[in-house]
Amino acid sequence: MLNRDEDILQAAEAWQKAGHGVALATVVETWGSAPRPAGSNLVINDDGTFLGSVSGGCVEGAVVTEALDVIASGEPKLLEFGVADETAWNVGLSCGGTIRVFVEKVGQS
Amino acid sequence: MKAETLATLNAERAARRPVILITDISDGTQRLVKAADFGADPLHAELEKQLRMGKSAMVEADGKKLFLNVYAPTARLVIIGAVHISQALAPLARSLDYDVTVVDPRTAFASPERFPDVKLIAEWPEEALPGLDIDHYTAFVAVTHDPKIDDPALLHAFEKNCFYIGALGSRKTHAKRGDRLKAQGVSEADFARIKAPIGLNIGAVSPSEIAVSIMAEITAELRMPRDAKAAGA
Repeated sequence: MLNRDEDILQAAEAWQKAGHGVALATVVETWGSAPRPAGSNLVINDDGTFLGSVSGGCVEGAVVTEALDVIASGEPKLLEFGVADETAWNVGLSCGGTIRVFVEKVGQS
Repeated sequence: MKAETLATLNAERAARRPVILITDISDGTQRLVKAADFGADPLHAELEKQLRMGKSAMVEADGKKLFLNVYAPTARLVIIGAVHISQALAPLARSLDYDVTVVDPRTAFASPERFPDVKLIAEWPEEALPGLDIDHYTAFVAVTHDPKIDDPALLHAFEKNCFYIGALGSRKTHAKRGDRLKAQGVSEADFARIKAPIGLNIGAVSPSEIAVSIMAEITAELRMPRDAKAAGA
C-alpha cells in the first residue's frame, strides 16, 4: 500500500493547467524481474521534462521520446520493452524482465 | 486521460479515499471508480480484490483488456503507549510501509531516545488524536495497560472507524474494559471490534514476538476477504 507517485500526478495536473502538453506513462504489465510494479507512473511534458519512473532508468529515455509523439498526436500507445523484444523499441531491460507501458495524453477532450 | 479525470483522481487521493482507474488499453478509454461505488460496478469483484491487495493489474472483461490502477492511501498505524512492545512494533510496521505515530503522555516513556526516527507525541490522546486526521486506513493499537490513557483513545478509534482496533490485556482485563466503555455509551458492536487479547495467537512471549503477532493480525484484517477471515477464526 505504498503511496507511490504522490507528487507525479499532482505535477501532471499542474503542468496541464499551466498550458503544457502532458503525457502520462503507466506500467500496465510485467513479466520476469521487472524493476517497477504495474501501476508505476512517469509523467512527461512538452519540454521533455519528466518525473517518476517505469523502470530502473533503462527505458525512460525511449518512453520520453514516444511520449512527445503522443502529446503531438493525442493517440495513446502501448509500448513493450524487454530482452526478447525485436522491435524498434528494443532498448532492453538490463535486469532481464519485460514490461508493457501505456502512454496517453493528459487533457484529452 | 481527461483533465477532469486527473483532477478527480488527485482530489480523491488528497482526501485519502481509495480509487481505481480503469483503462481500456486498446483505445485509451477510461473511467475512475471511487471505492464507495464499487458495489454497483459490473467489475465489483475484481475492483474489491485489487484494492484489498493494494495491487494494480490487467484484467479481461467482455473480451477487452482493462488495466486497473489502484490508488490506495498509505496505511497508518497509531500506537497508544510508548512501551517496550511499541519499541519493537514501530520499526516492524515501518518496514511494512505503514506511517507510524506513537502517542503517550508519559514523557519518561515517550522519549526520542527510546523511539529514534518515529513520530512521537507526548500528549494525552484527547489532545493528540484529533490533529492526526485518523481515518479508516488507520490501524489503531492501545498498549499502555492504563485505562486513563487507553479508554479515551479507543473512543476516538471507534468514531473514526479504523480498519483495525486492538488493545493489550488479558480476557479479564478486557472484560473490565468492556464494563467501563459501555458505561460511557460504547455500543456492543463497537466494543466487539476490539481485538483482545491483541495479536494472532502464535504463542508470542517477547515484545518483538508480540509485535509480530500484532502486525500479522493487522495484515490479515487489511488483506483477507471478510468470509475467509470468518472461516479462519
